[in-house]
Amino acid sequence: MKEQKRSLLRNNAVQSLMASLLCILIGLLVGYVVLLLINPAGASEAIVTIVKNFMTYSRRNAQLKYLGSTLVKTAPLLMCSLSVLFAYKVGLFNIGAAGQYVVGAGASLYCALAWNMPWYVCLLAAIVAGAALGAVSGLLKAYCNVNEVISCIMLNWISLYMVNTLLTQVKEETSPYTLTLSSTNPGALLPALPSFCMSWFNNNQYVTIAIPLSVLVAVAIWVLLEKTKLGYELKATGCNKFAAKYCGMRENKNLILTMAIAGALAGMGAAMLFLTGFEQWQCTQSSVPGMGFNGIAAAFLGGLNPLGSILSSYFIQHITNGGAYVDKTMYSAQISDFISALIIYLCGFVLFFKFALNNWLNRWDEKKAAKAAESEEKGGKAE
Amino acid sequence: MILLLQYTLIFASVLVLVALGGCFSEHSGVINIGLEGIMVMGALGGALMMKFLPDSTPAFLMILLVVLAAILLGMIYSLLLAVAAINFKADQTLVGTAMNLLGTAAATVFVKAMNTAESVDNVSSTIQYINAKKAFLVNIVGFEFNWFMLMALIALVVSYVVLYKTRFGLRLMACGEHPQAADSVGINVYKMRYAGVLISGLLGGLGGIVYITAGVSEWKFENGVAGFGFLALAVMIFGQWKPTRIALAALLFGFFRALGNVYTGFAFLKAMNLPSSVYNMLPYIISLIVLAFTSKKSRAPKAEGIPYDKGQR
Repeated sequence: MKEQKRSLLRNNAVQSLMASLLCILIGLLVGYVVLLLINPAGASEAIVTIVKNFMTYSRRNAQLKYLGSTLVKTAPLLMCSLSVLFAYKVGLFNIGAAGQYVVGAGASLYCALAWNMPWYVCLLAAIVAGAALGAVSGLLKAYCNVNEVISCIMLNWISLYMVNTLLTQVKEETSPYTLTLSSTNPGALLPALPSFCMSWFNNNQYVTIAIPLSVLVAVAIWVLLEKTKLGYELKATGCNKFAAKYCGMRENKNLILTMAIAGALAGMGAAMLFLTGFEQWQCTQSSVPGMGFNGIAAAFLGGLNPLGSILSSYFIQHITNGGAYVDKTMYSAQISDFISALIIYLCGFVLFFKFALNNWLNRWDEKKAAKAAESEEKGGKAE
Repeated sequence: MILLLQYTLIFASVLVLVALGGCFSEHSGVINIGLEGIMVMGALGGALMMKFLPDSTPAFLMILLVVLAAILLGMIYSLLLAVAAINFKADQTLVGTAMNLLGTAAATVFVKAMNTAESVDNVSSTIQYINAKKAFLVNIVGFEFNWFMLMALIALVVSYVVLYKTRFGLRLMACGEHPQAADSVGINVYKMRYAGVLISGLLGGLGGIVYITAGVSEWKFENGVAGFGFLALAVMIFGQWKPTRIALAALLFGFFRALGNVYTGFAFLKAMNLPSSVYNMLPYIISLIVLAFTSKKSRAPKAEGIPYDKGQR
């Protein structure tokens, strides 16, 4: 029995899960302490609200509806986290998921509103735009040795300003928001789920095929990384560019391809949100949307596993949405951002946590072995 | 024209300070992507000090206290990076990114909480410091001299001397090049890296307060510092991790950033009728192009980003 338990603790997946849960726990705890410091009166209530999210509604129908809304935003987050994860597996830190998400939003909305394209063309446009932006970072990294983190950040800001300018052409006259899809071009809205599924979410109109699609993509990415030659080559390039070259892989091509795929994922994520009509783009936006950055949190919290990131994306979006329900007279919704940022920070310690755990297990084993040997010796003497 | 010069100098000061911060950290062997977050924290410290000091405070005392607050908060915040990267061997890029997000989120939560505590209707994340800011400015025939420009100059000279002329600086750089070798001659690599990161916290925090007082007299903390920390990193790379070159690079970048603030004052720029977002993009575009041409022969400290492991050979 004990033997089994020990081997379970040594299992990498179990360790990742434990580490992630620990990160969440500490993150929530520190968040709670911060709430206490701001105003002790409502802190417990606020943290419970954040964790409960849509469960704060007492009516079941409302709960279902807002579960749907959380899922609507989980899909793009999952795509962003896949983007970060995919690049990270190949040794690149794609902090540019935010920018690729922005151009994806720009391309899909512009195709939908200015050119009245159907939804699949808009989705494709978003994918292409994201991939192109990702490829720019990849090119710069491969041929000019520019650190991808820096180039991605620069591209984030450039794309934000470009998309703002572009989408100003299709915005409502009186507000800074883009025209709604339902009034201008309903054909660009993503198709809804079959009607029996819709009743699960109380017919929340924003629940579309984007949600199952994102899960499918997650599985596809897992297969690509773990089961295909291309995935193997990409990972090999990430481990050691020169060794990969020596083995006859085209290392520069692999770098660029990785960033393009990562970009495509993030761009597609943006289309999955904006083509539901759930949100309109605000053309006066002065900061890059947080979706891409939350993707980093979700990727690492999910233990850098595509399937794990399905769960972690949901969790991050769950608490982000929950933050909107806290009592605004005392706290701000940003407390959720604070908690997710904290979780990313804690994810930095995961490697050390696993190392320490394994060390401890080793020592424990040694002690046990020594004890067993000792008792055997004693037993031998007694006889 | 004078306005352009003034803005160029003040933005260049920010970039010099923050880039030098990054320079110290990277020379010690720790990549500091978290400069952006450190800047936000420094800005928060300085802004709070300006808000709560009475307007009648003498100018000198005001400057001293504000700078101290910014530096202190920046250094404390940089400890987050130091502990994770040096003691726990965490991925430095990941921790740095987390610090950027955390800095903005924490500052927003804090400022909003403070504003709502003052009056329930105020849910903004803005701090105003119109009067307090005057302490930093000296008007010399139309040119608004800012004491921070002098501070940046001093920081530049001191950094140069410290890095190249003192035992401490040379040892620091050794830790970023080959920590095992440095350790073998009795240098405490962990201590040196702590020093590097703390100095970057000091300079980054100072840069933060300079940035939010440049040209505006209130700051919305929800926006963080709008990628300026990363711009400073680009300046540092362009400057090849050398203080003198960093200063030149900062002037160039500062100029393009300043153009965005004052382009309406130039007839020919106004006549071109470009949207303002073009000027907003300009510093980032220029830095990308410049990086594309200069990174090929980059001379980054060799051991940067690699956690130091005593047992490794």
